[in-house]
Amino acid sequence: MVTANRTWDGVVIYRTAAHGWSAELAGAAIVRTSDEARALLAEAVADDVGAVGAYIAPVEIKNSGAIKPGNLREHIRSEGLTIGPSVPA
Amino acid sequence: MPLVKSGRVATDTFVHLADDAELPGDGAVLISAARFLENPEAISRRLGKTGVTWPNNRDVDDLVPYLDRLAMVALVFPTFRDGRAYSQARLLRERYGFKGELRATGQVLRDQFLFMLRAGFDAFEVKKEADAEAFTSTAKRYSVFYQPTGDGRLTALHQRMQLRHSESAGQ
Amino acid sequence: MYAYDELDRTLINERVSEFRDQVKRRLSGELTEDEFKMLRLQNGVYLQLHAYMFRVAIPYGTLSSKQLRGLAHVARRYDRGYGHFTTRQNIQYNWIKLAELPDALADLAEVGIHSMQTSGNNTRNVTSDQWAGVAPGEIEDPRIWSELLRQYTTLHPEFSFLPRKFKFAITASAHDRAAIKVHDIGLRLHKNAEGETGFEVLVGGGLGRTPFIAKTIKPFVPGRDLLSYVEAILRVYNQYGRRDNIYKARIKILVHELGIEKFAQEVEEEWLQIRDSALTLDESVVEEVRSRFSYPVYEKLPHLPDELKKAAHDPLFERWRRNSVFPHKVPGYAIVTLSLKPIGGPPGDATAEQMDTIADLADKYSFGEIRVGHEQNLALPHVARRDLPVLWKALDKIGVATPNVNLVSDIIACPGLDYCSLANARSIPIAQELTRRFANHDTADLIGRLHINISGCINACGHHHVGHIGILGVEKNGEEFYQITIGGRADENAELGALIGPAVKYGEVADVIEDIVEAYLALRARPDELFVDTVKRLGVEPFRERVYATR
Repeated sequence: MVTANRTWDGVVIYRTAAHGWSAELAGAAIVRTSDEARALLAEAVADDVGAVGAYIAPVEIKNSGAIKPGNLREHIRSEGLTIGPSVPA
Repeated sequence: MPLVKSGRVATDTFVHLADDAELPGDGAVLISAARFLENPEAISRRLGKTGVTWPNNRDVDDLVPYLDRLAMVALVFPTFRDGRAYSQARLLRERYGFKGELRATGQVLRDQFLFMLRAGFDAFEVKKEADAEAFTSTAKRYSVFYQPTGDGRLTALHQRMQLRHSESAGQ
Repeated sequence: MYAYDELDRTLINERVSEFRDQVKRRLSGELTEDEFKMLRLQNGVYLQLHAYMFRVAIPYGTLSSKQLRGLAHVARRYDRGYGHFTTRQNIQYNWIKLAELPDALADLAEVGIHSMQTSGNNTRNVTSDQWAGVAPGEIEDPRIWSELLRQYTTLHPEFSFLPRKFKFAITASAHDRAAIKVHDIGLRLHKNAEGETGFEVLVGGGLGRTPFIAKTIKPFVPGRDLLSYVEAILRVYNQYGRRDNIYKARIKILVHELGIEKFAQEVEEEWLQIRDSALTLDESVVEEVRSRFSYPVYEKLPHLPDELKKAAHDPLFERWRRNSVFPHKVPGYAIVTLSLKPIGGPPGDATAEQMDTIADLADKYSFGEIRVGHEQNLALPHVARRDLPVLWKALDKIGVATPNVNLVSDIIACPGLDYCSLANARSIPIAQELTRRFANHDTADLIGRLHINISGCINACGHHHVGHIGILGVEKNGEEFYQITIGGRADENAELGALIGPAVKYGEVADVIEDIVEAYLALRARPDELFVDTVKRLGVEPFRERVYATR
């Protein structure tokens, strides 16, 4: 999938199949070839006003079809800090 | 690409000459450093003004002997993030007393105008129309400057000293 | 504390209005991200893993209570109610919205706080040590010179687009608490044989991918020549520093490639042309800045007041006093360190509520002044010793009186992969687990002074190279691993730590650190031989053996 941060507030966003952005990982367009990934990235990068720092990131697709983050970085970006309750909410 | 001089969009009177183009007998020309240095004596003796584009990765020392014969020196910002030309500009103006036009070329954007003015530039090949039009207002963004350059603006430190002296003089 | 005048305030406000315009042009699309990125960095705005991060400058680590309340206000109004104090005496907010930044900056400007040049390829916060102006044995207050340098380097038209970032640090004490030897320019303030104030100037220190200890370029530069000499160094760097490779662009690489003698020569040649210029600091100019620093009017107070005698019966108070209270140059006063390293907590963070309370306590007990240290703790620099017991109760109530200052659980850590997009691995959970392992204060006291530094990537923002124990997060096959070094130091005997062996997994780090500490306790010559001295005496081998024996 392709992910970025929303320009005006920095929120994590995911490129959708509908040529837009979703703040939920579940809304991310999933691609399976590097050509598709590059195309998705090019489209994302073209939205320079709406999004910053777009890049291609891995996902894991569960048997149920649920989309899960494909590495620790993406896990933290979608689920939040791993620091635990000592941090003030 | 609009040229800004004296705070306004102006016509460029210098013809930009490629290295292999013939040097006209008169008229203002802008040529590369390499071309100029092939025959600096002859070139600076021609009728019409000569301007030289000096690369940002070469000491200005090599150009210094000919400065009094040059009407314009163009310095280069290959990207706006490459700040070598600021040092070159200050050296040309403050150390070597260059009095001709000092032109900023390359990726010249609005948010660097004031730095460039303070470093001694007085002409700007501006990338965007909107930036060129906003030149004068941008140059007025700041009224306080901490450090001295050759631009003659009084630094904050010295403004304070003046204030102190006038205060104590008034007592 | 330096009092900003009309001119300083005007500059800050002009900067805010410039940035407001830049943000507007970014959000409208008039500026591309490529054009905007360096501009936002020059105002301390990073894009991180899951939000923008905003780094605010705390010049030489000094804050007024009003300013600390201003920082609390930003945390509350524009962020998630907390901030993080950094290894360069700044503060960072992790959840800022770009669109709201100009307002946050305007609010900060009202209390004389800015974020100019806290990032970008320019000159950064001039740091000093958090005891400047109050430490016993200090030659003079280095912050006067930090302020002169701050003004000189702020929005310098020639040096705003350097090859890479540039960091200064100044110390005026024999014991260097400002880590000047790992800065691009380190300045050691001292007096020459004639009694003139001047600086030993060191260049080319730095951590990161290629760590270097700074070298002396000139043993004595008189105060009046400080700015012109610095200008010469910056000009040589601006022109000749590498711009082809960001990992080779710091001045330390230039100094290394030219050699210190050749580099010193280049600087000297340049300096001779400008030494008697407008940059010369006349005594009157230095006095002008000095006069803007206000100092408390101290009372004549006893070293052992009744309040202190009474409180000595309380073992918890005594433990804290022995750990967190340091001698002041004025009799009857003390410097109090506030530990921002609670057991189990992320190191260096403070909530808006804590900040507000600390501001109130500063008003009551520290002449309204707070300091920020590069160890990511705070300090109250002017506390009357008679107020220590009542202050302690109040600090303990808000959780900033953990008696672990300079001990094993006083960990310095970068934000790491939980926050930072540059990181390879997490650092904060490692720090949290380590504080839990060493939560017992008697054990921590037994171990003695021990600095653990954790960095989540090779950029070394946690200063792991100079930790007594350094922990560096790396990534191997998608998993977090950690390289461990021992024997580093950041002070006047600065040294880089040595690797003890192959990297260990995330889950094993705390065990390994415990093994290292156990090895030290077994190997030390005397109870008061510090960990870092035992390593110096014995080398890495005995530690390596014990740690890797069963691994």
